[in-house]
Amino acid sequence: MAVAVAKTPRLSRTRRRELFYGILFASPWLIGFVLWMIIPVLSSAYYSLTRYDLLRPPVFIGLTNYVNLASDNDFYLVLWNTLWWVVLSAPLGVASAFLMAVLLNTKIIARSTFRAIFFFPSIVPVIVVASVWNFLLNIQFGAINSTLRALELPAIPFLSNPAYTKPTLLMIHMWAQGSAMVIFLATLQDVPRELYEAATIDGAGSWSRFWNITLPMCSPVILFNLVMAFIAGFQNFNLPWLLTQGGPNRSMEFFAIYLYRNAFIHLRMGKASALAWILFIVIILFTVALFRSSARWVYYRSE
Amino acid sequence: MAAETLPRGTPVERSRPRHTSLGSMLGLIVRYAILIALAITFLLPFYWMASSAMKDDSQVYVVPPRWIPNPAYIGNFWAAWQVDNFNLYAFNTIVKYAIPSTFGTVLSSALVAYSFSRMRWPGRDVLFAICLATMMIPFQVTLVPLFIIFKQMGWINTYLPLVVPSFFGNAFFIFMLRQFFRTIPMELSEAARIDGAGEIQTLFQIILPLAKPALAVVALFAFMNAWNDYFGPLIFVNAQDQWTLALAIQRMGAALSEVGASRNAYPYLMAVSTIVTLPILLLFFFAQRAFIEGISLTGLKG
Repeated sequence: MAVAVAKTPRLSRTRRRELFYGILFASPWLIGFVLWMIIPVLSSAYYSLTRYDLLRPPVFIGLTNYVNLASDNDFYLVLWNTLWWVVLSAPLGVASAFLMAVLLNTKIIARSTFRAIFFFPSIVPVIVVASVWNFLLNIQFGAINSTLRALELPAIPFLSNPAYTKPTLLMIHMWAQGSAMVIFLATLQDVPRELYEAATIDGAGSWSRFWNITLPMCSPVILFNLVMAFIAGFQNFNLPWLLTQGGPNRSMEFFAIYLYRNAFIHLRMGKASALAWILFIVIILFTVALFRSSARWVYYRSE
Repeated sequence: MAAETLPRGTPVERSRPRHTSLGSMLGLIVRYAILIALAITFLLPFYWMASSAMKDDSQVYVVPPRWIPNPAYIGNFWAAWQVDNFNLYAFNTIVKYAIPSTFGTVLSSALVAYSFSRMRWPGRDVLFAICLATMMIPFQVTLVPLFIIFKQMGWINTYLPLVVPSFFGNAFFIFMLRQFFRTIPMELSEAARIDGAGEIQTLFQIILPLAKPALAVVALFAFMNAWNDYFGPLIFVNAQDQWTLALAIQRMGAALSEVGASRNAYPYLMAVSTIVTLPILLLFFFAQRAFIEGISLTGLKG
């Protein structure tokens, strides 16, 4: 036994035991990672090279799905809608969360009540959010348009005019920024008070303190929330689907809706998989670009 | 850090000398005006939902809108619940989906987080990094193959596709629990080891009791994710007797635009929406701290 240990110095008995238990305890995730991640991701790559309608076995067609998408006007419409949404919703959502947090981080009474009110919309079931806003924004008898009509003002076609739908969705999006706001609030409370005190002594006004202390100190968390918002924005499905099924005139036909339609309504599993892979690659490129740019605007305190 | 010596929630400006100049008075008024205007905007949709739930058709379509239902039909809530088999949908949502998936998520995520934070083994940190990276993969990439696999296994129209994967750990909750487990002093585990406790004993008798608040947050979030989930049931559960509340409400909303929508359709839709929001409101009311601290935990130390 002693000889065996001396001959295999790589892992001692205790080390082997540690490795065994470590992997044993992590095994739910390890097995799940293979079952629900590696196998599906690889098969998705394969399906994206096939024509597959679930009824007949998949037929290998090479890059045809990708080539067809490259000359598909619907695809470019969907891509445009999605980029419009991502580029506007991520910064505006993060900005609204940040401003709410800054507002709450001042000397006010009933702070936790305000915080609770601002937070609540983000945890309400999406089906309820959709039902209520659909009712509220209805062109004929929604509360907002009824009020406008009573004031003899023109009605606003929030969800019935294609030019209004995306901005309407943006408004609802900015209303439900609770989690990002709470993360910002915790960050703001961690900014050392000495910084503000020193700046005040040096004669800095509140605006200058905000620009030169609050913003830089929060910039890592702004980056974190932006990355999360971009990834979520590319996958936006629930609200535009529940509000108008992507319409009217496909004005809210986003990437995830188009993918869902192809996969589960038209049963084009191959095309849907190709779409998923394009989405994946676009998200990676966007995230990498954001991190690259962050070197210029994110300030990290030295530990 | 200086801020940590302050009680939580102390605004950073409190220590500054008080100004009573006209300018700061004005600033204060503007600040409260913005806060109150925002608060009203945020609450209005919920007020409109709950008040419309108590109207009848004649009050829904009046111009200008009637903000206070008169007369108020409290019975609408009960009547709306009877329009469809909502008892069954609530049963499906809670018993078939939310409870088992919450149980699976808490149990498996705690085990894995324990391994990633309090056990030392070669390859651990690489695997944890991979675990975090999986959160970046859009679910659409795995959606189609998973649907095909579950279909071949005969799992479509059951809750297995939504419940079984929850027993294999959730990257987000693993990360959250790992952050928490790391704050528990390692000496406690070492003392247990010297006393002859195995890893399972250490986890269940020492770590988990100390981590109750964090486990409660994970359970809360997992339950809420299932309760609020729309997309999962939309994909995997089609048969009406298997619907969740979310699917049933969507059907109710879709029926509104169909010809010959039934009487009180809008009030009933709002009534059911109010009922489905109520558990979330109650959870939030009683566990506000858990919500807020759980979310802060995930964002800060990332």
